[in-house]
Amino acid sequence: MKDPIIQLTGLTKSYGKVTAVDKLDLQIYPGEIFGLLGPNGAGKTTSILMMLGLTEPTAGTAYVCGHNATRNPIAVKRKVGYLPDNVGFYPEMTALENLCFIAELNGLTKSYAQACAKDMLHVVGLEQEMHKKTGAFSRGMKQRLGLAEVLIKTPEVAILDEPTLGIDPKGVDEFLELIKRLSKEHNLTVLLSSHHLHQVQRVCDRVGIFVGGKLLVEGSIEHLAHNLQQQEGVTTAITLEDPLGDTARFEEALKALPGFRKLTVTGYSIELQTDADVTAAAVRLLVNSGANVVAVSRNDYKLDDIYNTYFENSITTNTAHEKSNGFFKRYQ
Amino acid sequence: MKNPTVSSKDINSHPAAAMQVLVSKEIAAHIRSWRFNILILLIVLTFGASLYVSSMGLKDAVSNMRDPDQSFLYLKLLTTTDNSIPPFHVFLNFLAPLLGIALGFDAINAEYNNGTLTRLMAQPIYRDNLLFAKFLAPLIVVGTLFIALVLLMIGGGLLGTGVRIEPQELLRIFGFTLISVLYVAFWLSLAILLSIRFRQPATSALTAIGIWLFFTVFFPILVNLAIRPFLPNPNYISEQEYLAYNELILNLLRLSPSQLYTDATTTLLMPSVRSLGPIAMEQMVGAIPSPLSFRESFLMVWPQVSGLTAAMMICFAWSYYIFMRREIRS
Repeated sequence: MKDPIIQLTGLTKSYGKVTAVDKLDLQIYPGEIFGLLGPNGAGKTTSILMMLGLTEPTAGTAYVCGHNATRNPIAVKRKVGYLPDNVGFYPEMTALENLCFIAELNGLTKSYAQACAKDMLHVVGLEQEMHKKTGAFSRGMKQRLGLAEVLIKTPEVAILDEPTLGIDPKGVDEFLELIKRLSKEHNLTVLLSSHHLHQVQRVCDRVGIFVGGKLLVEGSIEHLAHNLQQQEGVTTAITLEDPLGDTARFEEALKALPGFRKLTVTGYSIELQTDADVTAAAVRLLVNSGANVVAVSRNDYKLDDIYNTYFENSITTNTAHEKSNGFFKRYQ
Repeated sequence: MKNPTVSSKDINSHPAAAMQVLVSKEIAAHIRSWRFNILILLIVLTFGASLYVSSMGLKDAVSNMRDPDQSFLYLKLLTTTDNSIPPFHVFLNFLAPLLGIALGFDAINAEYNNGTLTRLMAQPIYRDNLLFAKFLAPLIVVGTLFIALVLLMIGGGLLGTGVRIEPQELLRIFGFTLISVLYVAFWLSLAILLSIRFRQPATSALTAIGIWLFFTVFFPILVNLAIRPFLPNPNYISEQEYLAYNELILNLLRLSPSQLYTDATTTLLMPSVRSLGPIAMEQMVGAIPSPLSFRESFLMVWPQVSGLTAAMMICFAWSYYIFMRREIRS
């Protein structure tokens, strides 16, 4: 495997007694889009600020592009573009001026910065608004301008903090597509933080779920769904044409299926819970025993379940928090 | 997508480059702002008015044989008044704090509230570069403004009267300009300090104006109130004790920056001022009522100049300290 471009080791930040980020270990590899997911106040922004050397960690180290972000933040900032969650621009300056200013701060000469800024405004689709003052910009336009500003320094890593916050659904789609395309074209590593699992799952290669300052689990969305399936099992609901008369004739057979957990029979329907997916086998079994199957539905573990399991349970109650921690330990 | 490729000639990696970019952006922002234009208008108007009044009374002032400063036409132009309005340097005593406060009260907290501070700090610049730029840019603008004004005055005087300007006068006028800029710098650094300390620009502006009002209005009253209970009846103390008390009051008043500024500018603009405290008759015996040389005047105001510089440095160092340790997040 390639060397990670972002390597966090035991990164911790405490404010007094409150631990915002608790021993975060994370590797992000060049060229991938990593989604840091978590509810509000999970410590995402704090972790990002520590990666940029804007906040000093209480313990642990953050290496970005081979530089220690705490000791040598300037070298890191040269290679990392950052889009803060609450991005703002100088309202009395035009989009082009704002962009040129940042380009010049990154060491581009005036004339080159101008040309580069115009190119970037084309890339993010703001060429019409080039000479408008940013005070009149909408939230979505500001995000686009922010992205242009991240790209103008030709970074190796782009860190986007809640980039989809406050944009309408169509805008979110376009914005994420843009990020994905740019990442492919420039082999850009992207770290995306969000609390919208639904929005970012389409673009992220890998996600990390971050709750209460701890990284609970990381991996691709499929991997997470698979893990969850193993924990919760698969539920297959089968509906029959006639009311179940003599259930005993297939109940025993169903219970004998591999990985069987639970069987509930009510009226027309049968609910079967198993470790792995046995839908096909169960239906075959029922058909062979003469039952008329009219509907079969398999409960896949989709994003909503991932979301519910990790985000909501873990912040609403402590017991749920422990539960997901327990799960994490089991499947790490 | 047009993929911009960067060549080495397009990259300016000189370490001072970032600072230069920051300063020029700040200057541009100030010059374009309504706030600064109104202030310039205010200063140009008071300058014009006091100059007009002094040029009206110039003839009398220059021909007043009993005045040892009568030969300094250009200094007279800056200081003469018919008492309808105060001369420019007294005006500036009020306006310079306003100028400093107005240019600095939202230096950092406006960036913070706009969400531009995080963005700026994510660029490869040192954190103190921003602070220096916030401090230097207004001073460059104010310095340019003051120098332009006095040069206009000298030029106008030359054209109007045809009198040659003495090198000493030029030095004194530029010394005055320098001290004025220093005075603005003090208030500016105080305003920047408050802009880091307070999140809301309104709070920092009000606090700065409060401090300014305290020093110009309440401080002299307060010193008077504090000293009076200890002050014996002047009729029962020796002249020496009386002088000592006077000196004490003056020194207490000098804790106020505006007092320092008044002392420094009067001495520089009026060459015949020999002492900033009370002088006994014995000391004056035998003294020829003649103007001091520039060097002597300057030596006399040296403590005031260092006092102002020190006050400015303290404010700046303090703001530096709290800004460098500040957590940057919105």
